Amino acid sequence: MDAGAIIEPPGDAPGAAAPVTTRDNMRVGLFLAGGHGLIESLFPNGWQHYLGGGLFIGAGVALLYVATGRLAGMSSVFTTSWSFVSARPFFQQARWLDSRIWRLQLALGLVLGAALWWWLLGPAQALGTEVPAWRLVLGGVVGGFGARMAGGCTSGHGICGMASLKLPSLLAVLCFMATGFITVALLAVLGVAA
Amino acid sequence: MRALFVIAAGALFGFGLALSGMVRPEVVLSFLGLRDGGLMLVMGGGLAVALLAYQLFPRGARAPWLGVGFEAHTARMHRDTFIGSAIFGIGWGLSGVCPGPAIAGLGTGNLKMLWVIVGLAAGAGLQGLLAAPPATPRPQPQPQPQEG
Repeated sequence: MDAGAIIEPPGDAPGAAAPVTTRDNMRVGLFLAGGHGLIESLFPNGWQHYLGGGLFIGAGVALLYVATGRLAGMSSVFTTSWSFVSARPFFQQARWLDSRIWRLQLALGLVLGAALWWWLLGPAQALGTEVPAWRLVLGGVVGGFGARMAGGCTSGHGICGMASLKLPSLLAVLCFMATGFITVALLAVLGVAA
Repeated sequence: MRALFVIAAGALFGFGLALSGMVRPEVVLSFLGLRDGGLMLVMGGGLAVALLAYQLFPRGARAPWLGVGFEAHTARMHRDTFIGSAIFGIGWGLSGVCPGPAIAGLGTGNLKMLWVIVGLAAGAGLQGLLAAPPATPRPQPQPQPQEG
């Protein structure tokens, strides 16, 4: 394995360059060549895994609905789980008590599915992030508050709500996309590196 | 039995979140920073499949396989939906993590996601403390119709 890796790169470099040139000179046509450039600039890191991931997410949402009739919004579990520890009337509402178990099961499934990806396709090391802890915590607090106030997040409104053809969900998506773009732009202006 | 389906559905969801790269905050932040449009495909792909299931399956089947009825989405045309979403977007832009990937990220060994999960739980708890109390449990002098 190591020997192969050492031998291959010198032979690989010219070999990798040739097909690109060949392909560019083939009868691909201006349309495809233009499309290729557009795709590359929109998705500089490739597009297949994004679309594939989205289809898997949709399959999970669909399976939950077909099997149980439930909607797979993921922010609710952070409210329903408070019912285990808080006696406050807000957290003891029937709609939280009735869904708190299966929402934790769904969350367990999320962890298991991601672990399966890590095992099959992921890197040898655990994933990490360069985003500092204060941004992770603060973003979590603000995002958790907002998502529960709005009754949904990227999955609850973005996928489940829009798939239910709910106009408020479409508007919710436009709202959080807008402030998400603005927040990242402001952080960049302020020089806060990700 | 139903629990197995719920976990399997969650596993598909989590596998997709990991495959799409959404469990990496850097990927989300590069989308929100307009450097990579990939998340449009994640949402588009997820939405397309979910849309088919939500719109077509109830027409053929009166009930889900293991349930009595289909849950209806409760999205309201209410200012809380839009103000809350705007606040959520600020948090999303700060951390690069939304609730699903925060949970799924644990499965990829990224223990820093615990910071986000603690934050999300605190934020959701705070929202519950500040929200209007529910109508029914305690006898109240005035009826409180809100909070659906």
